[in-house]
Amino acid sequence: MASTDTTTKAGSATTARDDLAGLEAGLDALDAVQTHRTPVREVLVKKVLPPFLAVGLVLLVWQLLVAAKVTDETKLPALSAVWDSLADMWLGGTLLEVIWTSVSRGLLGFLLALAIGTPLGLLVARVKFVRAAIGPILQGLQSLPSVAWVPPAVLWFGLNDAMMYTVILLGAVPSIANGLVSGIDQVPPLFLRAGRTLGATGLRGARHVVMPAALPGYLAGLKQGWAFSWRSLMAAEIIASSPDLGLGLGQLLENGRNNIDLPGVFLAIILILVVGIAIDLLIFSPVERWVLRSRGLLVKS
Amino acid sequence: MATTLAKAAEGSVAERTHAARIGHVSKSFSGPAGSQLVLDDISLDVAPGEFVTILGASGCGKSTLLNLVAGLDKPSAGSVETPGGRPALMFQEHALFPWLTAGKNIELALRLRGVAKADRKPEAERLLELVRLGGAYGKRVHELSGGMRQRVALARALAQDSRLLLMDEPFAALDAITRDVLHGELTRIWAETGLSVLFVTHNVREAVRLAQRVVLLSSRPGRVAKEWTVDIPQPRRIEDADVAELSLEITEHLRGEIRRHGQH
Repeated sequence: MASTDTTTKAGSATTARDDLAGLEAGLDALDAVQTHRTPVREVLVKKVLPPFLAVGLVLLVWQLLVAAKVTDETKLPALSAVWDSLADMWLGGTLLEVIWTSVSRGLLGFLLALAIGTPLGLLVARVKFVRAAIGPILQGLQSLPSVAWVPPAVLWFGLNDAMMYTVILLGAVPSIANGLVSGIDQVPPLFLRAGRTLGATGLRGARHVVMPAALPGYLAGLKQGWAFSWRSLMAAEIIASSPDLGLGLGQLLENGRNNIDLPGVFLAIILILVVGIAIDLLIFSPVERWVLRSRGLLVKS
Repeated sequence: MATTLAKAAEGSVAERTHAARIGHVSKSFSGPAGSQLVLDDISLDVAPGEFVTILGASGCGKSTLLNLVAGLDKPSAGSVETPGGRPALMFQEHALFPWLTAGKNIELALRLRGVAKADRKPEAERLLELVRLGGAYGKRVHELSGGMRQRVALARALAQDSRLLLMDEPFAALDAITRDVLHGELTRIWAETGLSVLFVTHNVREAVRLAQRVVLLSSRPGRVAKEWTVDIPQPRRIEDADVAELSLEITEHLRGEIRRHGQH
């Protein structure tokens, strides 16, 4: 090391330095935080198994109620009847088509909401006047059920995709924008000071400090934004069904009601639920977990 | 060309006389009870390569003074000069960005300083070697111990390549042994780099252990109460008899300053 070539005059200093290096290495080894990934088996047992058990239990209770004839079959269909509806749709080739109609609308609407909500959130968070002007309105819009937007959207655009996207945007944009605003508000002031001393001011500060620091809050907003998109879309599809719009999950549900087809109604509700959860589990949760884990924010109990 | 050379020479003359010049600085904040004077007519020079500690009890405005020198805040009166450009600043909390690895934290400082992309990684690795954390480049902040985080923070501050390093109680949250080790590291790095250091603390022994000059501030408002030159040769240890003796003397003064606030 560099210390070995110092002359004898600094001999005592050299040993002091070697002592220091050794002490430091020991402290580092003792204090270093051990991180390890949970083994797959443990994940399966602790995370995957419980929800499957819960779903199994619900289906079991359902089947028991049917078997006990608590009510007649027009009120509570047998599991097998719902299964048959599913099988019919699958064999008829319409199942994936119906799901895709809704999912593609939902995701496209969500992406539009993302493109509008992000700059809007940035503006509200960073510009005081804008925050004072539209911050409260944006907060209030979140508590307005998006189904309320369906009648005006139908009157504005008629029964078409534009009306669907309008309802999705009005539902999802506020929650995405609000997520970003609260993410930015929660950035520790220390990071901003540290950024400023390093020379990250203005746009460079936003890019290198504010945006990455606000990412967890932003992601939570996106998750909620997706839930709002999906809910708004279903509301729009149920209320505004028209042959021109193509058959989505919401229309499937509404058709079930019109045809007094209770198994079909149950199937539609289950499909809406499953798709909503699946998108969250497949897209949003992994991204959020990855971000939180890389920052050491995912504490194992 | 000639003018730029002249300017550079002029700059270096100022840099040769002082790394920081605090001239008659006062600072007041407006609070609920009207305007409150926090710093009152403080004058202090830090010579190039000098290690100065500012010592004071709570409410003496140590951190406020450091913020003024760092340019994070403006004085109400007086002037602050740092001829070497924007000083580097280290906080009590490591203030490392948790979304970046240790190495990338340092590279961000280099990037904001304008270092070319290809040079950043080798330079970050050199700085990590300097704080004896050669293997920590890819480590996330939460994977490092408290002492290691402060060393990465020191490396990031050094990455700013400023001639003046400001330190705001950087070791206050560490355990005694780790703090002791970091005192040794800081002294070594200061000697190797020839930096000027302005170090704020409320720990008298720490002040004496590290500094060439200790400046005691009075509280509410902060004024320069007394100064000591510390000529105990480095490397010192915090247990040294000389360090203990001077610490005792300074502590008596500090206690006197604090006692004044009990007698209204």
